[in-house]
Amino acid sequence: MSKPKAILSTGNYAAAEGAIAVGCRYFGGYPITPSSEIAHYMSRRLPQVGGTFIQMEDELASIVSVVGASYAGVKAMTATSGPGFSLMAETIGLGFMLEAPMVIVTVMRGGPSTGQPTKASQSDVMQTRYASHGDYEMIVLAPASVQECYDFTIRAFNLAEKYRTPVVVASDGIVGQMEEPVFYHSNFEVINRKPPQVPPSDYKPFEILDDDLIPGMAVAGSEYNFYVTGLTHDATGSPDMRPEAQINLNIRLCDKIRRARHDLYDWEGFYLEDADTIILSYGINSRGNPEAVKRARDKGYKIGYARLKTLWPFPEDLMEKFGNLGIRKVIVSEMNYGMVIREVERFRHLGFSVSGICIPTTIPFSPSFIYEEIIKEMKK
Amino acid sequence: MTTLEDEDESKTLFEEDFPEDHPLHGRLNLNRFIFCPGCLIGTAITSITSCLVDKGLSPKDYAIVSGIGCTGRSSGCFKAPAFHATHGRAIPFATGLKLANPNLEVFVLSGDGDLFAIGGNHFIHACRRNVEINVICNNNGIYGMTGGQVAPTTSIGDFTSTSPFGNIEPPFNLVSLAAASGASYVARWPGYDTLRLKASIMKAMDNPGFSFIEVLAPCFTQYGRKNKLGDAIQMLEWLKNLVEIRKGCPPHEAIYSHEMKKIICGEFVNSPREGFTQKLKKLNQLAQSKTK
Repeated sequence: MSKPKAILSTGNYAAAEGAIAVGCRYFGGYPITPSSEIAHYMSRRLPQVGGTFIQMEDELASIVSVVGASYAGVKAMTATSGPGFSLMAETIGLGFMLEAPMVIVTVMRGGPSTGQPTKASQSDVMQTRYASHGDYEMIVLAPASVQECYDFTIRAFNLAEKYRTPVVVASDGIVGQMEEPVFYHSNFEVINRKPPQVPPSDYKPFEILDDDLIPGMAVAGSEYNFYVTGLTHDATGSPDMRPEAQINLNIRLCDKIRRARHDLYDWEGFYLEDADTIILSYGINSRGNPEAVKRARDKGYKIGYARLKTLWPFPEDLMEKFGNLGIRKVIVSEMNYGMVIREVERFRHLGFSVSGICIPTTIPFSPSFIYEEIIKEMKK
Repeated sequence: MTTLEDEDESKTLFEEDFPEDHPLHGRLNLNRFIFCPGCLIGTAITSITSCLVDKGLSPKDYAIVSGIGCTGRSSGCFKAPAFHATHGRAIPFATGLKLANPNLEVFVLSGDGDLFAIGGNHFIHACRRNVEINVICNNNGIYGMTGGQVAPTTSIGDFTSTSPFGNIEPPFNLVSLAAASGASYVARWPGYDTLRLKASIMKAMDNPGFSFIEVLAPCFTQYGRKNKLGDAIQMLEWLKNLVEIRKGCPPHEAIYSHEMKKIICGEFVNSPREGFTQKLKKLNQLAQSKTK
């Protein structure tokens, strides 16, 4: 297979093209800066490949229509930004309850409320994880480049289908709208949801027959009859208001993701082995760090670099690695007033201290700024 | 406080289906009928199902979507792909299903609070788009399941849990709203008149666009008790005296008024126009021809 040529594109277009490439054929959306280009692109591309684009009346309708399309057997997605994600919160819960594969791309901008619509931010890290009520485990991927917008959206669909769950791709106003070279390659695996494992007469929509805790999924228009509800339900799909039903369902829905965490964790690191201190970041704000780390190492500082590609479930394996390597300090750098730092602080018992460069700004930290901060921290 | 929503669904009255010679055998799940005896939600469910059977459709050809509330629980009664969505969101859920698989006959069966308060915006936009779904609204003029609160369909002066001194908000006229929003088939029937209701549902399925049928389904448990209208049978008699069936009545004259003691029923709009998925199909052909 010949390698495709790199083209110049934006993160939003790349996310949309990644979705098309992995088989997404339904997009229900509502305009919101800085994510709207995903809808623009989809409104042009989906009809070309026989898919469906619809601009709904609001974000509530957009995401519910995505659950509907998913249950018609089509890979489906929506895209939004923080305020729209707030409106989508209720249906994210429905997505977990109905175990509907679906992808939400959220392009983070400044908040709270309307905030700074045209600027970037990383202040929705907790929103992507906890927006809906109830116990659930969200999968969130954080691209830092246009290429990763393409690759991570593909991965998001594969994870959504594999685990029958909503998956979020959390980019930001800069990654979404900046232009970079990107390869629209087809060098990836396509994962499709598990079909029903028994004939229609024996089918129960939430019966677990495998160790992975994932039920086979029937769709409308097939020979299978099924009832699915946002109410707590038993294996047959019937509402079940006994305490044990609540316990069993919540534990299973969370455990199907928790058990798969090693498939979900994703991060990169370098200069970890001989490092004394680590600068940890993610998304757009990681882009200045390699240069800053290089400068500090040139001055003899034992600094390492780590970047989270999966934000949720939080990569605990990386924290364990820090512990095993005897890292003394982890500096978390993020464009918010302290979100991922709280997760890292949970692992201080592994022997490292935690400090943060957590600024609710809209401009990613420059290499010089990070360098200065690293030197300050390492002299402490 | 215990509500119907809290009750243990496994303690069911019936485990079995209708007998084999029953026309609806194999189509309904009787153990999920949780409605008060005398409620007309059951009539709406069986009317829709009879029409699907009469159309020669099997469950693989259709899907049922409901929202939240008493009528929200109706989707569970169908042996078919059936979806109990979140509050107010049955129509966009159904829109997603229909767009992703245009071959499906999609029904939304939900209540007035679900479709016209929290879901009102979705309703008017679905009418405007003329998506080929059939929306059946069981209108009881009150929030039944949550304890009898005032609804956007409660008549002026009526008593509810949240209008203890009488309702001061004018209600929506659902027929006028649907017609003004662009629905291409609009009808209103009393829930007890199953012959007219079924004939209307058949027409709704034939309509190549968005169809809306309002079913008058009085709630004696909440509305009847709070407004001293009696038990289920007495409320049906009360409704019968209000209903006036008219032919060819324009939608803006479809009076729904307890004060005037008049609810005009009938078919108000039947003007088929090209449905949304048909338009999408053409749009796809256009897009594909331009890329060649």
